[in-house]
Amino acid sequence: MNASARTVVSGALLGVGLATFVDEFVFHQLLHWHHFYDRASGAAGIVSDGVLHGISWFATVAALFMLADLRRRGEFSARRWWGAVLAGAGAFQLYDGTIQHKLFRMHQIRYDVELAPYDWTWNVIAVVLLAAGLAMLRTRA
Amino acid sequence: MPELLAVALAGGYLWAVSAVARRGRPWPLGRTLAWCAGALAAGLGPHLRTPGEFTAHMAGHLLLGMVAPLLLVAGAPITLLLRALPAARARALSRLLRSAPVRALTHPVTAALLNAGGLWLLYATPLYAASAHPGWPHAAVHVHVLAAGYLFTAALIGPDPAPHRPSFGVRAAALAGFLGAHAVLAKWLYAHPPPGVGAADAEAAAYLMYYGGELIDLVLIVLFCRAWYAAAAPGQRTRITTRLRGSAGMRRSEISRSWGGTS
Repeated sequence: MNASARTVVSGALLGVGLATFVDEFVFHQLLHWHHFYDRASGAAGIVSDGVLHGISWFATVAALFMLADLRRRGEFSARRWWGAVLAGAGAFQLYDGTIQHKLFRMHQIRYDVELAPYDWTWNVIAVVLLAAGLAMLRTRA
Repeated sequence: MPELLAVALAGGYLWAVSAVARRGRPWPLGRTLAWCAGALAAGLGPHLRTPGEFTAHMAGHLLLGMVAPLLLVAGAPITLLLRALPAARARALSRLLRSAPVRALTHPVTAALLNAGGLWLLYATPLYAASAHPGWPHAAVHVHVLAAGYLFTAALIGPDPAPHRPSFGVRAAALAGFLGAHAVLAKWLYAHPPPGVGAADAEAAAYLMYYGGELIDLVLIVLFCRAWYAAAAPGQRTRITTRLRGSAGMRRSEISRSWGGTS
């Protein structure tokens, strides 16, 4: 992998790690909006959710060590890296909000409320993050 | 019975340490302490199980299958054994370690399959019920959980010699696969507990397996990434060779070994 690809991988991994962290810490633990598993989902949902959350710490830690490696080699490009962070976080949130919540019905954003505004907010934020990240990656630093 | 295993593990190790010390080569105290703590965790893990309490069983699983292996691997028992044994036997052991079956068994992908596969087999089949009461299936399950956890941890970050250790990419894939399988199993157990386990007990056990396992795995992840970071340093090859030529201490030989399969 060349420096540019490593920058994107490092940023994207951290983006995914941060998005799963926010999902887990804010929505599961602090707000208790999300449920661990609401039993409405089949096997595909558990596998998808379990794998993504299972590897989220690995993604985060690996991303930070890769970042340290880029910096010691003098190959760090802030614009590319931050672009990849935003794109990774947006892509994960979009996947979580569409495939995991809606298709697999792993769990919903919140219970006993009108879901539509929550779903739209969730996914619009995801698209904005993803688009901003991709735009930053496209421009030459 | 588990305490017998713990005593045997600690006793054997201490015997080897004294044999090495008699030859005037002191063995790092930290490794001895790590190994003894690992033996203690291995002896304690199975005792956390109280009949009918799945959560206690899960705490025992984390201790036996994850904490104990990390500590035992940090004890570098193979390095110690190679130094403690007479030269001819040490050579035989090192030939054995290089043999095809041992290489296949200690491959990170094999180890990950044995580790995660064993857990799935235990919790998703009648094996859990069959091994719930003292007897040989009970003992065999515990030995498997400890041994598979050890193999897996050693294959990823072990300081012991690993002549054919696969690249960091292969090891990272094995680690990611295991982490996923462990988290999926925890979520699955939440809704599908083994027969005879109550819903509240199963949910508490699933939380413990998911979040507790994650915490212990974080240690493994950081050690693994740190080893990659050390190995991927620009110009590392020449620096290590020079330092190795300087003197052959424990740290240096460790670096060269953890360096076995890199980028």
